[in-house]
Amino acid sequence: MLRFILTRLALVIPTFIGITLLAFLLIHAVPGDPIETLAGERGIPAERHAELLHEYGFDRPLYVQYFAYIEHVLSGDLGRSLITHEPVISEFKQLFPATIELSLSAMLFAVILGLPAGILAAAKRNSILDHGVMAISVTGYSMPIFWWGLLAILLFSNTWHLTPVSGRIDYAYFPDPVTGFLLIDSLLSDQTGAFRSAVSHLILPMIVLGTIPLAVIARMTRSAMLEVLGEDYIRTARAKGLAPSLVIGVHALRNALIPVITVIGLFVGSLFAGAILTETIFSWPGVGKWLVEAINRRDYPVLQGGVLLLGCSVMAVNVIVDVLYGFINPRIRHMR
Amino acid sequence: MKSKLLAATAVLALAVAGGHAASAKTLVYCSEGSPENFYPAINTTGTSFDASARQIYNRLVEFERGTTKIEPGLATSWDATEDGLSYTFHLRKGVKWQTTKNFKPTRDFNADDVIFSFDRQSNKDNPWFKVTSDNHSYYSDMDMPTLVKSIDKVDDSTVKFTLTAPEAPFIANIAMDFASIISKEYADQLMKAGTPEKMDQEPVGTGPFQLEAYQKDAVIRYKAFQENWRGKLAIDTLVFAITPDASVRYAKLKANECQIMPYPNPADLPDIKKNPDLKVLDQPGLNVGYLAFNTTKKPFDDKRVRQAINYAVNKAAILEAVYPGVGIAAKNPIPPSLWSYNDDVKDYPYDPAKAKQLLAEAGLANGFETDLWWMPVQRPYNPNAKRIAELMQADLEKVGVKAKLVSFEWGEYRKRAQAGEHQMAELGWTGDNGDPDNFMYVLLGCAAAKPGGSNIAKWCYKPFDDLLVQAKRTPDVARRTALYKQAQVIFKEEAPWLTIAHAVQNAPVRKEVQNYKLSPFGQHEFFGVDLQ
Repeated sequence: MLRFILTRLALVIPTFIGITLLAFLLIHAVPGDPIETLAGERGIPAERHAELLHEYGFDRPLYVQYFAYIEHVLSGDLGRSLITHEPVISEFKQLFPATIELSLSAMLFAVILGLPAGILAAAKRNSILDHGVMAISVTGYSMPIFWWGLLAILLFSNTWHLTPVSGRIDYAYFPDPVTGFLLIDSLLSDQTGAFRSAVSHLILPMIVLGTIPLAVIARMTRSAMLEVLGEDYIRTARAKGLAPSLVIGVHALRNALIPVITVIGLFVGSLFAGAILTETIFSWPGVGKWLVEAINRRDYPVLQGGVLLLGCSVMAVNVIVDVLYGFINPRIRHMR
Repeated sequence: MKSKLLAATAVLALAVAGGHAASAKTLVYCSEGSPENFYPAINTTGTSFDASARQIYNRLVEFERGTTKIEPGLATSWDATEDGLSYTFHLRKGVKWQTTKNFKPTRDFNADDVIFSFDRQSNKDNPWFKVTSDNHSYYSDMDMPTLVKSIDKVDDSTVKFTLTAPEAPFIANIAMDFASIISKEYADQLMKAGTPEKMDQEPVGTGPFQLEAYQKDAVIRYKAFQENWRGKLAIDTLVFAITPDASVRYAKLKANECQIMPYPNPADLPDIKKNPDLKVLDQPGLNVGYLAFNTTKKPFDDKRVRQAINYAVNKAAILEAVYPGVGIAAKNPIPPSLWSYNDDVKDYPYDPAKAKQLLAEAGLANGFETDLWWMPVQRPYNPNAKRIAELMQADLEKVGVKAKLVSFEWGEYRKRAQAGEHQMAELGWTGDNGDPDNFMYVLLGCAAAKPGGSNIAKWCYKPFDDLLVQAKRTPDVARRTALYKQAQVIFKEEAPWLTIAHAVQNAPVRKEVQNYKLSPFGQHEFFGVDLQ
């Protein structure tokens, strides 16, 4: 098992180089530079422009800038934002918990509803239930997030007054940011009602962000289950008189879970980086919005550092998923 | 802890209904973005100024709320010498600095604070010059490094500015956000403690609100600073709920999660106006959107051609298509809310026949080919540059002028336009300090017509420029008004631009909001606002 984990970890190094290089080259390939972007309608005199470029070191050849950057990264320094002048790492630490909180809640929502829905649909193949689940799943999958988010706000918040419109907590509460995870911080704080407010603010964005993973997980679970249910060993299990719930819940589900876990792992990674639309609609202070802003303003250090940190988080999730695989399916662990 | 967790689990099940617990006098403003930081002298966006300069700090002189008129601020009065070369400010006494958990002021505001605030931006040897950032962009943009010769403390409550040349707009410059006064005592304390960067993250000012907490991209919390020199505030807490999407801001306003919102979607305005809980404040902004002709290139060096284009374009159609409810037609280079606006100037009417006649007179009876640049970004003064360019292209086609639409990335666009590579280019301007000089001299003066300068018509017309320079040197407002009015007449006749529109800013607020005033500068300021 150790060897398996080490092999997986070794793959992280080329991925790291790939991520840093890509983030670095792509942002520098975009026309315009941070100094120009800051200047507004007035523009900036050429001499001052050159002076500032020099000061930030943006006038050096790209490869020199890249190696200087890597050198700093390896010593743990990701630089400072050109806009706020705050260290990139401290901005990331401030914002990332919000993204994790939202992504994990969304995944939890998707798994809790998606798995049983998929299993039921497979067990009752071609029933009304099956068709119903699949129809809802296709609808969920095809829903543009922006539209769905705004619609959810109009319905749940403005019309039915069930949930708050946006934000993470009511402004009457301000729990100390101990962990950055508001659900935990609000529990730790003495303010009564803070936790309730944090949960109520989480519901809509969680549902909106969880809709597509929910649809995909339900479909994946269904098709994986159907495939497994056709296998010989299942027939054998049935033939020897095992209860249908045991056949499905124990024998079939364990094998059907492998592709489903792959999908869940991929989704967690992509939600970390891809919650941007949901974050924008619900004014959720996460890293997605931060990175888009950095692209617009050519904030090189934020973009490079942010992509790197996110990439590392996604890689970490992938390693965990790989290891989980090994536990579920011993064959993977022993493959050479 | 166990009981807390149990209670929490129970609440989790019931938490669908929002936990709403706003206190009695909390004003929530749905702001559009996060500030860069809390040091106005290095900030570049209105969003940042709203969060720092407008609430936390004051300046020597201030713009009267809702106008571009200058009124006393931290200085109660000022005198200028006859030659316009020196200004002496008499400072207000008894002005308190805010007290925070890390700073307890031992003295009131005085001349040392004024000297320090300007020295930090101008003196490269000042240890504070580089703290957070050395790019004091507004200070240099307003030409302060060349303009200010010295700043001297006469006594604790008197400061004297000496200028290198007479410059009437100087007073308006120091009412701008970058000229906010910061505390020298606080700075000294932080430098001693080795944490200078806190100056710009945990600000201390003399303004009506003091910063309590800031969470990036989420919320800024202020509490009222009741000892501020302008008097007691009606609200106790001010909250900026950072909400980047305009539709969501509107949804929050409807749900009373905030009481004031900036920048609504124009498409939402009719709906907002129908809502009995809301009202929409509006005011023509301090801005102008225009199409500049490069007067150094053929055929735009001929004023008849420039006039012909002015006649050929149907401005009313552009206003209707691109600025429904959010703009008014522009005829002068300055907006009507600015003093010295000349309402007697007549705009060119839509008259294709006249355009053709002028082109024929200029020897272009068969028309000509040109480029037409459109900005790749949305601005209040120009919400859709591409659409405007297309409408103009169609109008020009009718008089035989074939315009090719061109655009670049925004930074590139500005740079090339300022270098004068275009023939016709759309651009615009939002005023900084409420002085006509800030429009006319910056955008149409000879000094700005050099390659790289902000006069993208590259138009240098001596009779016009002389008026601007004279107006700059005269402190007498009545005299300046007459000069600028005359300059606007010349501008219209020479037609270096086709003036398009002035954007009108709209701010939907809830009915319970009292005494909120829109600023012509587009700033958002909450001193004096009450909730009924």
